[in-house]
Amino acid sequence: MPLTRDQITKRAARELQDGFYVNLGIGMPTLVANHVPTGMQVWLQSENGLLGMGRFPYDDEVDADLINAGKQTVTAVPGASYFDGATSFAMIRGGHVDMAILGAMEISEAGDIANWMVPGKMVKGVGGAMDLVAGVKRVVVTMEHTTKKGGPKIIPMCTLPLTGKDCIDMIITDLCVMHRRERDGVKRFEVTEIAPDVTRDQIEQATSAQFWWSPDLKIVDV
Amino acid sequence: MINKVYATPDAALDGLLRDGMTVMVGGFGLCGIPEKLILALRDSATREITAISNNAGVDDWGLGLLLQTRQIRKMVSTYVGENDEFARQFLSGELEIEFVPQGTFAERIRAGGAGIPAFFTRTAVGTPLAEGKEHHDFDGHTYVMERWLKADVALVKAWKADTVGNLVFRKTARNFNPMMAMAGTVTVAEVEEIVPVGSIDPDSVHTAGIFVDRIVKTDSEKRIEQRTITPRS
Repeated sequence: MPLTRDQITKRAARELQDGFYVNLGIGMPTLVANHVPTGMQVWLQSENGLLGMGRFPYDDEVDADLINAGKQTVTAVPGASYFDGATSFAMIRGGHVDMAILGAMEISEAGDIANWMVPGKMVKGVGGAMDLVAGVKRVVVTMEHTTKKGGPKIIPMCTLPLTGKDCIDMIITDLCVMHRRERDGVKRFEVTEIAPDVTRDQIEQATSAQFWWSPDLKIVDV
Repeated sequence: MINKVYATPDAALDGLLRDGMTVMVGGFGLCGIPEKLILALRDSATREITAISNNAGVDDWGLGLLLQTRQIRKMVSTYVGENDEFARQFLSGELEIEFVPQGTFAERIRAGGAGIPAFFTRTAVGTPLAEGKEHHDFDGHTYVMERWLKADVALVKAWKADTVGNLVFRKTARNFNPMMAMAGTVTVAEVEEIVPVGSIDPDSVHTAGIFVDRIVKTDSEKRIEQRTITPRS
């Protein structure tokens, strides 16, 4: 069975470590916050100027001056800090943020990502995505393995305009977990975990990029 | 002593506006926008404005109001997804747009205020937003050169000011306001409270008064774009 969005983000949460500073993208990645293990301190960075983002506020706590990068009202946890946009992106671009978890429309064999525009459709802008993929220490993508029409999203070369080049370290989809590896000077993604009851054949059908199978392939445990 | 305190938003903009000017406007979404200064700018009927702002407001609030009246010719922004009128004018070619990655946007404004005409960043290398720009390798990595951004007038929003222009921001309403305050030839700050000089601890000043020319106190509506709550169980 392919993983649900909840299971994908639960798997992603296992990449977190105590004390990590993490930026979660809009959409599915925000669900990762629900799976932070009890007792682990993870600092959520919101690029509009908040480190230590908490849950959504109760009705009587709503504060128009306290939002996240998706413009939703949020709260701040004890130990949080507020700062301006230049400082926020110094954290991101300066390599101080340990991990970003983002969505993607396409990922190439070379680790490139496209997730901000589709030619011919209204372009809304790029927000902080290009800075995040260029600057954060480890970039993890959570997404459906294929498009809504069933076409591959992990492909030889991106067809959409790029958000960043050679910057994706790990992909978690409904079908499998892939890590970026280098062997004999060649870099590719390697499938290290496969969703329960999903076959190798299914993944090969759904992926047009070249990739490796881990010799130590496991079933995703979520 | 020079008086920086103005009675109304209109008075605070008096003598600063002309057609074709470049205006920076603080805020992230509708959070921390100088909402009454935007209304005064609309009422001034200034045209052909280049607006440098992270977003374009929504259809009936923030910079969206100046799109309704066709006062903006060009936007320099990072994301404009919440505005139908923006989409219409952009697709019909009435409005020019320069998209900038958000970190590059913040740093270009900071550079403008700090007297740094250009800098290099890895952000956007290999993407359409770096095309046609100068690239340079440093220590084995490729970087793209980005230019400063400056404005004739910067409109910012702060929580508190003292009468000499020291500013304190509140929570995430700070966003791009401090850099914009530095990058405006003239900076006008809309604030919720003006306190006597000396009553803000110098250690607590976020933006020093040197960057702020005019101050006006207003009653902010502070509209919320995405009201998201945790239900009480």
